[in-house]
Amino acid sequence: MADTGEIRSYTMNFGPQHPAAHGVLRLVMEMEGETILRIDPHIGLLHRGTEKLAESKPFNHSIGYMDRLDYVSMMCNEHAYVRAIEQLVGIEAPERAQWIRTLFDEITRILNHLMWIGSNALDLGAMAVFLYAFREREELMDCYEAVSGTRMHATYYRPGGVFRDLPAKMIQYKESPWHKGKDLKRMNAWREGSMLDFLEAFARDFQHKVDEYEELLTDNRIWKQRTVDIGIISPERAMALGMTGPMLRGSGVEWDLRKKQPYAKYAEVDFDIPVGTHGDCYDRYLVRVNEMRQSGRIILQCVDWLKKNPGPVMIENYKVAPPKREDMKESMEALIHWFKLFTEGYSVPAGETYAAVEAPKGEFGCYMVSDGANKPFRVHLRAPGFAHLSSINEITAGHMLPDVVAMIGTYDLVFGEVDR
Amino acid sequence: MAQTTPEQLAERLRARFGEHLVNVAVAHAQVTIEVTPARLVDVCTALRDDADFRFEQLSDLCGVDFLGFGEGEWPVSETATSHGFGRGVTGDKIVGRFGWDDRPRHPQFLGRFASVAHLISYTHNTRLRVRCFAPEDALPVLPTLTNVWPSANWYERESFDLYGIIFEGHPDLRRILTDYGFVGHPFRKDFPLIGNVEVRYDPEARRVVYEPVTSVTPRVTVARVVREDSRWNTSREEAADDWKDN
Repeated sequence: MADTGEIRSYTMNFGPQHPAAHGVLRLVMEMEGETILRIDPHIGLLHRGTEKLAESKPFNHSIGYMDRLDYVSMMCNEHAYVRAIEQLVGIEAPERAQWIRTLFDEITRILNHLMWIGSNALDLGAMAVFLYAFREREELMDCYEAVSGTRMHATYYRPGGVFRDLPAKMIQYKESPWHKGKDLKRMNAWREGSMLDFLEAFARDFQHKVDEYEELLTDNRIWKQRTVDIGIISPERAMALGMTGPMLRGSGVEWDLRKKQPYAKYAEVDFDIPVGTHGDCYDRYLVRVNEMRQSGRIILQCVDWLKKNPGPVMIENYKVAPPKREDMKESMEALIHWFKLFTEGYSVPAGETYAAVEAPKGEFGCYMVSDGANKPFRVHLRAPGFAHLSSINEITAGHMLPDVVAMIGTYDLVFGEVDR
Repeated sequence: MAQTTPEQLAERLRARFGEHLVNVAVAHAQVTIEVTPARLVDVCTALRDDADFRFEQLSDLCGVDFLGFGEGEWPVSETATSHGFGRGVTGDKIVGRFGWDDRPRHPQFLGRFASVAHLISYTHNTRLRVRCFAPEDALPVLPTLTNVWPSANWYERESFDLYGIIFEGHPDLRRILTDYGFVGHPFRKDFPLIGNVEVRYDPEARRVVYEPVTSVTPRVTVARVVREDSRWNTSREEAADDWKDN
């Protein structure tokens, strides 16, 4: 071959330390000029062996690991895991706990989509959205903290219910040299009452907040240039490639586990499934923005129910739930149960099950095999991001390099769940 | 169209595939079928294309290692009161719970390694679990499903990486989750939880070195116990009684 000095195709490395890689994604790209020929994603840099760790621990010890999978939609992961245990054991959480789970799943969905809209816009050159999105995230993080004591890794859902009831008083900002007087009063305006009062005020106001994000992006010329007609996926292809959640709905498939295979209290709340038409990045953006509005609606319905109906939030079955502290002072039986539960855990009947929830990113499933022991025999976590990322080679081939960044953004990747 | 119940789906599967299925089971309102490796691709193609089934998506696929199924680390004998309990926390089995030679065999399973796929039909709103045991324990080989559902690609790579299951006909069977140059299949039950090698930066050699694990020791915080638990039945019956009382 004659040496003409012309470079034909070349290989380029992207990540794993790259701000647009959303964590630790490494892409080895074969390119011709600025056009992508082939992409080989290298994942696993955040692989912690969660599934194997779960095999070595009693069932309840692994709930906290679920938070650390998709670490921007924590409680939804917990939900799939505790539902799998509940199915195998054959118990059901009390009604109030189911409503609390519905409420927190939707809070989580907003948390996730806010993170997504902020970081995706940042990737594509819009700085301001990030700042607005994190303003609301902070409010919802406070709700996480109010119920569980921690802002992110809550470990709030338990087999048989939730850890404890909602707090009667919302946490407030304290006076500091930076926030005092009128400013402090404004910040605490929603926080005078209970957490439910706070959430009601938040959810009513949230629709206007979504308007603000839309103002910045929906008709923005640069945003549309970067997302319209980028990464088009046909509905048939989306199904074949294992896509779920907003990736599937963006292609026009009206499918939402919350409607089609309802769990918790989703059958009793009123909401719509937004779908796209073209299956491009812009449609998926519109779907997610609309989902935030729907989540706001669901939160209001949950708040309404929870305000009217007090009740237990944990099953009265001392094989899976600890007995009350007062009972332990009086009852020998309660003390034995407490001791057995915290030293050995509980044995789950042999069997297998697959429990799926509609996590913000798509179908998050937990396949659990039990052999009758106090530890799971096998746990497999079906992470939506893993299936989505596997399609990147097919979808971005022929696109330009900057479109890969748009595509990574639209996948809504979090490597905690992709690598597990 | 009315929603198909799991029992109806199981019945249809039996009628359609008959003796090609090793087993059809319904538990927890979910249908599981077991297929031999030789028939796997045919059955799966039919499951995808037949108007009765239309499983358009393979939503999940994973490997399972059935070594030691139903074995506890803390045996409780009939005479536990007089003899006490065995202690699961000591003993020479700590590095990996079993050696290859003294591996326990469970009569319920056809082999040690299985691949379990979860299918979903968007047309009929049904789910199905397809299990296929690898005939050989020492070198588990199964046919690939990538030609039926492209989403199987990465899931099979993952099963290969973590369990060493080889998918025949897979276009790109490389490791996916473990480190470059990793040795072994970490999710096998005889692979120790703490791993075989650890990695650190050696300032003298001025590079990253791999060494046998010394920084952590294996430990069992809670022993694994298997209990035939009649308590669940009791609590279920009590719940049923409560329901009647109200």
